[in-house]
Amino acid sequence: MQNRNHRSQEHYVAPFEETPIASVDRLDDSQKARSTWADAWDAMRRRPSFWISSALIVLILIVAAFPGLFAQVSPTHCLLALSNGGPEAGHPLGFTRQGCDVYSRIIFGAQASVMVGVLATLLVTITGVIIGALAGYYGGFLDTFVSRIGDIFFAIPTVLGAIVLMSVLPERTPATVALVLSIFAWPQIARIMRGAVLSARNSDYVMASTALGVSKFRILIRHVVPNSIAPVIVVATISLGTFIVAEATLSFLGIGLPGSVMSWGNDISQAQTSIRTNPQILLFPSAALSITVLSFLMLGDVVRDALDPAARARR
Amino acid sequence: MTLLLNETEGQQVDSSNTPLLQIRNLEVGFRTQRGMVPAVRGVDITLYAGQTLAIVGESGSGKTTTAQSIIDLLPGTGQVTGGQILFEGRDLTKLSPKEIQDVRGRLIGYVPQDPMSNLNPVWNIGFQVEEAIRANNVAQGKDVRLRAIQVLQEAGLSDAADRLKQYPHQFSGGMRQRVLIGIGLSARPKLLIADEPTSALDVTVQRQILDHLGTLTRDYGTSVLFITHDLGLAAERAEQLVVMYKGKVVESGPSQEILANPKHPYTQRLVSAAPSLASRRIQSAKSGSADTAIFGGGSLDATLIERAAEREEAAPTKDLISVQSVSKTYRIRQQGLKYNELRAVDDVSFGIQRGTTTAIVGESGSGKSTVAKMILQLESVTSGRIEFDGQDVAGLKGAELLKFRRRVQPVFQDPYGSLDPQYNVGNTIAEPLLAHRVGTAKERQARVLELLDQVSLPASTRYRYPSELSGGQRQRIAVARALALKPDVLVLDEAVSALDVLVQGQVLNLLTELQSELGLTYLFITHDLAVVRLIADNVCVMKKGKIIEAATTDEVFDAPKQSYTQELLAAIPGGNFEFGRQ
Repeated sequence: MQNRNHRSQEHYVAPFEETPIASVDRLDDSQKARSTWADAWDAMRRRPSFWISSALIVLILIVAAFPGLFAQVSPTHCLLALSNGGPEAGHPLGFTRQGCDVYSRIIFGAQASVMVGVLATLLVTITGVIIGALAGYYGGFLDTFVSRIGDIFFAIPTVLGAIVLMSVLPERTPATVALVLSIFAWPQIARIMRGAVLSARNSDYVMASTALGVSKFRILIRHVVPNSIAPVIVVATISLGTFIVAEATLSFLGIGLPGSVMSWGNDISQAQTSIRTNPQILLFPSAALSITVLSFLMLGDVVRDALDPAARARR
Repeated sequence: MTLLLNETEGQQVDSSNTPLLQIRNLEVGFRTQRGMVPAVRGVDITLYAGQTLAIVGESGSGKTTTAQSIIDLLPGTGQVTGGQILFEGRDLTKLSPKEIQDVRGRLIGYVPQDPMSNLNPVWNIGFQVEEAIRANNVAQGKDVRLRAIQVLQEAGLSDAADRLKQYPHQFSGGMRQRVLIGIGLSARPKLLIADEPTSALDVTVQRQILDHLGTLTRDYGTSVLFITHDLGLAAERAEQLVVMYKGKVVESGPSQEILANPKHPYTQRLVSAAPSLASRRIQSAKSGSADTAIFGGGSLDATLIERAAEREEAAPTKDLISVQSVSKTYRIRQQGLKYNELRAVDDVSFGIQRGTTTAIVGESGSGKSTVAKMILQLESVTSGRIEFDGQDVAGLKGAELLKFRRRVQPVFQDPYGSLDPQYNVGNTIAEPLLAHRVGTAKERQARVLELLDQVSLPASTRYRYPSELSGGQRQRIAVARALALKPDVLVLDEAVSALDVLVQGQVLNLLTELQSELGLTYLFITHDLAVVRLIADNVCVMKKGKIIEAATTDEVFDAPKQSYTQELLAAIPGGNFEFGRQ
């Protein structure tokens, strides 16, 4: 630095003790081993919306499973004398036009709605995953065939198709509603799964396993499916809410669950006749429906953030 | 260093004595869930007008982060937490986003690392060059187009006017990099930051690009800040050198002086691991004039010398793998029903003896990886014959194929892609054992531990997931997995290309040790001649699907017969530079 020649720069060497040299490529043992799923769990745990939505979902599931714990009044014990009556002791939300307890009907109606949602989601996910995985993995004719069939179903709007099918079904129960909904909804999951499988199929670890002598089907089960399932989980969580809405829509139109089965859709449908005189009986089942759907959407959102591989950086 | 800075500050009146760029005590951190993680910790860099400076270091050393913070291009959660970046006396860290936008491109140009992803595929080249010209107010109206043509001409592209209408996919990697350099220099910036500008390119292309970049910057008096991991490149192309380690500068000064006489232990270690150079030393050791002192007692070199000695004793035996006039043709669909034939591998023949290492060298598109895949039976052979241990491997099925797979194992290039992210290391290594139904669960567990030990990783590694391991550690896991079934042959497809020099040396050392221990045969596919010199006995040089030269490593390196091989050897950056080893 005493050198006045402006272009010269001295040969600087940092004090050795400033940056002690670690051995080359040593394994960092300070942190606990983490799998992708453990990482996802960690990311979800930090989000308040995860706790809010899961608390609500757990509550809704308990209500659906044991409605008797939450409502002492029978929802079918209706007195016309109480028609459109306001809230009173033991009946916090008042009465419907038939004189049934609104609170009690919401509690007991949860079962049918949640059952349709869960059943339809399970059916759609299982068929969609199997069909999508096989089509994407084996390709060729199977892929073309399955994809075109899927396109045909994809082209039919779910609710419209369900209206047609439901109107010819001899029996209408939560199970049949779920079945009809899933007939029109599986192509979406199958498409997502197929796309994910296509990209996982071409990854190096699949080639490595092939060269190690692992059988083709085993690679599909052990490597391809676990690496493609994340987007399906996200969509499935979100679609659970939409199935509950679809059931309500069908019931509202009078071709979902029969009037004898208590469901939010039916209650909303029946409440529309007294929307001017007594709007609150429309409001409460709708609110229950909205809260349920929102909880699932919120959970789906959190799950997507946690599982999104692009959001998680390589460490 | 501080003294120097204080002094230059006092001289600011004299502009020729003022550095163009002065980074003082720069601190950069990344916000994470666990708080601020420092990436750059107090870095000082001085660069004068017209000088070329290279920052070298391994991945994670903070070299790219330092460069990015100069023009405020830090990704995501990164931010400058302290220090100054003085450019012509102005502190860039204090500028508003609008002011820094004016500096970017006009005063400081940037050439990104990956030419494949840094041009927008939906716009033609002309649009992208013109965009840069307009953004920096270099020209207006009709002049923009003329200037764009001029920029491409300067970047060394022929028929620049016609090329403006072409799209990035019609350009080769080298041409795209020329476009990016042209864009970076379009506004005649005073400083050009080039982040690994040629590391994705073949050596011969790299040489052309660097020569051209050198000429351009010399003509305009542009200062260049190179970010590189390649010491040879730094020695050849940069006057000044900054060595970074763990976010700090460990050594800086004139590059030739540092590389000839490294003072800091880290620089010394880096210099002695640079493979292009070590290979020459091993050669001298082989021919009997070994001076072990120059190796600094490094186990890498010692083992390699021993291996070399053993090799010469080995008596010729029958080839374990014999490739006989093998070709591979791909059909590429043209418009409609027409097909074009692409001959990826053209009449290739060679043999590999048991216990030896054969390297196939070539630039991208030479067909070297296709040869490896055909030997591994991951691709079918169009014509010709591949024999393994006297048996034709084409058309092996069922149990026979499984038996073949047990004996010939691959290790792939990308240490990030070849391990399933969902499986922990223990399960990954045990997979081949499970697939071939070897042993009980307990025996498999024991074998996993034994393999981890062979690749020098602690037993606790088996509970970890690939995302927690470094590239080198992953590649060692991949080697362990390949060794699980006690194969005869390992096919290593660019297995060390993605690794930092130090880690690369470590893995090569491991491979050499394993070879002598287990009597393995290696087929080594690589584009890196320096690595070949380190571990191969025989070399096949491939170009456009054909083997143009095949001989022992010594013959190929000392007396290359083909002009293409000579060209490849000459293009290694810093190949003739005498590095100082202890």
